[in-house]
Amino acid sequence: MKPADRVDAVPPSGIRRFFELAAEMDDVISLGVGEPDFAAPWAARDAAITSLERGRTSYTMNRGRSDLRAAIAERMADRYDLEYDPETELLVTAGASEGIDLAFRALVDPGDTVAVVQPSYVSYVPGVLFAGGEVLPVPTREEEAFKLTSERLAEAGAGDADVLVFCYPNNPTGATMTGDELQEVAAFAREHDLTVLSDEIYAALSYEHEHTSIATLPGMRERTVVFNGFSKAYAMTGLRLGYALAPPEAITAMNRIHQYMMLSAPTTAQHAGLEALSSCDGAVAEMRDQYDRRRNLVLSRFEEMGLDCFRASGAFYAFPSCPWDDAGEFAEALLEETGVAVVPGTAFGDAGEGHLRVSYATGIDDLTEALDRVERFLA
Amino acid sequence: MSSRDAVLGVLRENARASSEDIARQTDSDPETVEAIIDELEAAGVVRGYQAVIDRDQLESQPVRATVELNVTLDRETGYDDIAERIARFPQVKSLYLVSGDFDFMMEVEDESMQEVSAFISDKVAPVPEITQTVTHYVMDSYKEQGIEMGDGDEDDRLSVSP
Ligand SMILES: Cc1ncc(COP(=O)(O)O)c(C=O)c1O
Repeated sequence: MKPADRVDAVPPSGIRRFFELAAEMDDVISLGVGEPDFAAPWAARDAAITSLERGRTSYTMNRGRSDLRAAIAERMADRYDLEYDPETELLVTAGASEGIDLAFRALVDPGDTVAVVQPSYVSYVPGVLFAGGEVLPVPTREEEAFKLTSERLAEAGAGDADVLVFCYPNNPTGATMTGDELQEVAAFAREHDLTVLSDEIYAALSYEHEHTSIATLPGMRERTVVFNGFSKAYAMTGLRLGYALAPPEAITAMNRIHQYMMLSAPTTAQHAGLEALSSCDGAVAEMRDQYDRRRNLVLSRFEEMGLDCFRASGAFYAFPSCPWDDAGEFAEALLEETGVAVVPGTAFGDAGEGHLRVSYATGIDDLTEALDRVERFLA
Repeated sequence: MSSRDAVLGVLRENARASSEDIARQTDSDPETVEAIIDELEAAGVVRGYQAVIDRDQLESQPVRATVELNVTLDRETGYDDIAERIARFPQVKSLYLVSGDFDFMMEVEDESMQEVSAFISDKVAPVPEITQTVTHYVMDSYKEQGIEMGDGDEDDRLSVSP
């Protein structure tokens, strides 16, 4: 069977190759994992089990259970000062991934230009291409701590784009942006009338300042779709639960696709998500503290071994410069010789060139052992 | 988080972490960490460091019991007086004043059931203010000081993921 051209044109993920290499080896310590090493808080898992025991195995409303939507809206209002009507401005999705896909398909016309801030999470570019849009990469720089500025936007020609997509705290760099720093991005979006897709899945993991959503800045709520979810904050990746927040027109359009193609986000996960919001803040804070300690450990050890790395301040990634010219070769050699897996930065776009993504979603003992191995490899 | 709380956070998880490692994890330096630990010890915030042991794997397994104690107080004797008296026995591993149907909850440990029983009947029950004791022998342990005693779960995440 011949795949559609649109699909054929998108290469398989660069991460896949490292997964295959690592899978063939024994005694691998992976710093290549993009998800928490914790299990979801027990209260959330317990709520999922209870829902199954009670036979709650049917579809929910397309937009998600109303109690869950109400709880999400309340949380957004409390935590990020974002007011959204749970009836018309909120959609519960199968992971933030589905929300991101829906937004591209619902908001991008064939030929529209989507400016993608890079290095970026791997799904944005394929998502734009599957939707028939054109990708305009907007590189950020290490010297600017991988933050987005109006200068980088202008330099890339993003003023002519229709949509701008970015993610802070960032995967793969671990960069974050403060409310002040987001102001110029917001001004640029307003000036050039851009629709903004803001992936805030790592919002709970910002270590040096409170997370600010760009939707809270003047004139931004009406042009922004915010994505968030339970995968990272609550260590619930496998349950597939996320949500999108946007003005009613956008949510209605996204729900048009969702209601036909997904029907509803996983019911069991919705029960777990409601419990997570109501009783798991303590567990989230504990996981966050753990990540923060590991971040400090990783950054100190890199400094001690002379590996250049800007001060990552969010998510669970560090993004050191690669001491070799070819980061792909380095990552392969490191894996083969030491059994430590990291991901070359180019898996996240050309702007990732010369860097390595190092995930610290790994227990402190394994992390220490992996860092020891990296140190010996570099020596 | 204050650096004192940060150091305590690491110690509560792994009391054997080196000052260098604690410094790295808390974005500090080893000298500062050592000073903080000295201070915590001197002030009696940190009272000791103990290993968490899976007793099933020990050759000789001491017997443990949780004992409920009921007391009556009088003008001269308060909870603290009674507690101090009981806590001095080396068999007593922990002692808490609790709310609810009884007053103290005490954890005791000795070499055999007989010795635990003898300790309760000879040393604890005769204390004049103690009106009742209820002894629960520990039969199995699933979690000690926050650490689960099971085999733990495998990390079944994909080794490399986006
Ligand atoms: C930046 C970013 N966005 C979205 C996702 C997908 O999240 P979800 O599990 O909610 O689909 C990930 C997962 O790695 C991510 O890193």
